[in-house]
Amino acid sequence: MNNNVNYGAYEAVIGLEVHAELKTKTKIFCSCKTDFGAPPNTQCCPVCAGLPGALPVLNEKVIDLAVLASLALNCEINGFCIHDRKNYFYPDLPKAYQISQLDLPVAENGYIDITSDKVEKRIGIERIHIEEDAGKLVHSEGATLIDLNRCGVPLIEIVSKPDMRTAAEAAAYLEKLRSILLFTGVSDCKMNEGSLRCDVNVSIRKKGDTGFGIRTEIKNINSVAYTAKAIDYEIKRQIELVEGGMAVERETRRYDEKKGITTLMRKKESAEDYRYFTDPDLPPFSISEERISRIRSSMPILPDERAKGFTKLFGLAEGDAKRLASSPDTADYFEAAAAMTDYPKILASLMLCELPVISADEDQALSIPHRNIADLCNLQGSGKINSSVSKSVLREMLETCENPHIIVKEKGLMQIDDPEIILSAVKKVFAENQKAISDYQNGKTAAAKSLVGRVMGATGGRANPTTVARLVEDELKKIN
Amino acid sequence: MSKNIFALAEALKKREISSFELTAACIEEIEANDEGIGAYLTVCKEVALEEAKRSDFRRAEGNALGLLDGIPFSLKDNFCVEGIATTCGSRILEGYIPPYTATAVKKLFDAGAVLIGKTNMDEFGMGSFTENSAYKVTKNPINTEYSAGGSSGGSAASVASGTAVFSVGSDTGGSVRQPASFCGIVGLKPTYGRISRYGLTAFASSLDTVGVMAGSATECGLLLSCMSGKDEKDATSISQASFSAKNEGLEGLRVAIPRELFELPMSDSVKAAMEKTVTAFESLGVSVDIISVPSLALSAECYYIISSCEASSNLARFDGVRYGRRATGCKNLDELYKKSRTEGFGTEVKRRIMLGTLALSAGYYDDYYGRAQAVRKRISSDLSSVFENYPVLLMPTALSEAPRLLEDRVLSKVYSDDICTLPASLCGIPAISLPCGTAKNGLPVGIQLVANRLREDLLISVASAIEEDINE
Repeated sequence: MNNNVNYGAYEAVIGLEVHAELKTKTKIFCSCKTDFGAPPNTQCCPVCAGLPGALPVLNEKVIDLAVLASLALNCEINGFCIHDRKNYFYPDLPKAYQISQLDLPVAENGYIDITSDKVEKRIGIERIHIEEDAGKLVHSEGATLIDLNRCGVPLIEIVSKPDMRTAAEAAAYLEKLRSILLFTGVSDCKMNEGSLRCDVNVSIRKKGDTGFGIRTEIKNINSVAYTAKAIDYEIKRQIELVEGGMAVERETRRYDEKKGITTLMRKKESAEDYRYFTDPDLPPFSISEERISRIRSSMPILPDERAKGFTKLFGLAEGDAKRLASSPDTADYFEAAAAMTDYPKILASLMLCELPVISADEDQALSIPHRNIADLCNLQGSGKINSSVSKSVLREMLETCENPHIIVKEKGLMQIDDPEIILSAVKKVFAENQKAISDYQNGKTAAAKSLVGRVMGATGGRANPTTVARLVEDELKKIN
Repeated sequence: MSKNIFALAEALKKREISSFELTAACIEEIEANDEGIGAYLTVCKEVALEEAKRSDFRRAEGNALGLLDGIPFSLKDNFCVEGIATTCGSRILEGYIPPYTATAVKKLFDAGAVLIGKTNMDEFGMGSFTENSAYKVTKNPINTEYSAGGSSGGSAASVASGTAVFSVGSDTGGSVRQPASFCGIVGLKPTYGRISRYGLTAFASSLDTVGVMAGSATECGLLLSCMSGKDEKDATSISQASFSAKNEGLEGLRVAIPRELFELPMSDSVKAAMEKTVTAFESLGVSVDIISVPSLALSAECYYIISSCEASSNLARFDGVRYGRRATGCKNLDELYKKSRTEGFGTEVKRRIMLGTLALSAGYYDDYYGRAQAVRKRISSDLSSVFENYPVLLMPTALSEAPRLLEDRVLSKVYSDDICTLPASLCGIPAISLPCGTAKNGLPVGIQLVANRLREDLLISVASAIEEDINE
């Protein structure tokens, strides 16, 4: 940051163009598979390779998924759509045109609601259209190789309105979009595999202005965190340019993840002319009301509604409910396990606080059988084990796949509730810790806590903590 | 002299001739005389003889596949056949061997037809005289100082010279019909989408059709019924597209001649052919009226804009990167593109790419491509209303018989001379060119019949009824 620059006088205007690969088994215009990571050029045919005479035929599943996404993003579906050719030369584009949509996309005018900085905000969606992905260039020493496997993988491009003002809002939008696409099964949204990619448009203006400044576009950012960082950097760069008496130029930039900066890719002095025209190889297609309502009726419950359900049914705090509802895997897991226990709040806390600490791998964490984690919640909730034992049992469960009842039984971890047993442990600890007792008598009340801890330790952590605290207090009173 | 499929099928059936003998005779004829004509770019001698033997074997076993089994045919060089070079008459596809076979060709193979060779053509179908091939000029077999027409000139010449019994060409703006008329054979352009385009190298996708050339209209009908039908690999193929010929009486039929084409300056021989056809119709009790369809006058402008726009996009894939000819000694990607395309494409192809690119560009799109689309719609709706009263239209195929080869030509006139074949292309409706006598210099003359969408049945029965009369 530059101390002479008044960053606070500006606000940013941010719009996102998100490309999501659709989860279809086969490509958009031929029957080649779409599996990620296959050996180069093993999933391509004359259509993908743009051989002379090859023709595209639309995969109907693509329309179903695009409509599903459009409905989930509150868009208006166009009943009549056309495919357009976007013409440009690049070696990863075998036909030298991309089949996309210009004037009549699948859907327009949608929105999603986000929460950023605890403030709710509605972000508009301009349009959603279907198009084909390009291939991949692999640069090696002295040569560039082309892998056509990705050619023709179906994409939807979701163009937001320029409604975001901060990197945090953009990140919240992207997270929300991702979770909706995951919940609907439209895309697997793996940013690291490129199945969700983000282009960002950023401009700045003086606070209070309503016009738009010159925007720059940052291409192909592949994580939510980088998207936020790239935006923050770009806002700062643009403000410093303007404050330094220079102008922001219309250009395409890329984000350098290592350096945390954006760098120039190319200037857009004259707007690129893609010479769009309707693709004569593909007839226009209509999306019937029947089809839309069939797809609408298959719509799964979306994250917002799911979170509300968790709050209502299980009494979870709103924040916890939203976190559990942010991915379909977590939400489904929670819901299934919660049905088997009377202690859903304990379940939420184990899933949100304990599991991520024990295992960074979410898939592994969610491999614990619902029955087992529900049993653990029951054991803890009914007081048969205490919360600290619960944590160690959970760790054990992940390692051994064992039921918590067996672990607790075999290791003898049942909570000790019998006051007689606890009292004898208390007496033993008092006899061995005269110093703590005299500290307490001298007014150091904290010494009581240390005595409780020692009793817990002496019982292997199994004693009922409430009983221990009460008995320690009683004994101390007696001494006084 | 062209050969007749039905007569040959009968001879094959009666074992008067074998497919091997027939095929070998065609190949001998090619080897002896095609150098002087230039109909073929590739002769598939070994494969053809092998397939002919197979056909004879099937027949001997009693498993003959039908009328086309064992019949040798030629194929325009813009159709892909697995394992056989496909150049489209262009340097840029030099050495390209497709890994798959076009649907239309596959259907002929499945019917037992024997591919004898790939025929010469104007580069990517762009031209009217088969002078724009990167490899050779095709000459008219009737008189080799004259053009065989284009762009399917090689196909027409192969049938007219008797080296193939029939030929499959492509017709984007008249490329089957016009050379058929120049070479004295029948050329049928079906309804757009009736025969799959899969495997036909695209020139202008919204206009490209697979056309057939043979000695008579009924033969063309037979070929159409073999090749037509919905193809799941071509989204523009029509679902109710399979064709079967019907023989309808001509009684009460009304035929119209559009004034806009009839009043164009045409050669005496074409005028005479038109009159002869009118007389033939009238003697069959068919009335012929002259009507006016003003929008037809805009056909050439409309066609050349739309076809060039689509071509500029369709031909962009020929960049030297993945297949075909790649320029050497390039320093970077842009240079590779530029040099490969500069060296690979001929003048006419470059001209159309430039024209189409301009017409699609920002600032020009509305004036050119947009208006051409509007005109196309207009012509289409105008002809639709004509068909309500007149199921068949009569017009010349070309405004004259074949011109001399390689003479100086005015480009705008070359383009506007295509006007008679363009309306059917723009409207995606079927049209057939029939031989109709000869000019004083002995060159054939053709006339054209046009019908409404999917009315090839009508077109072929009308053509069959008059073709002998008019070609006496």
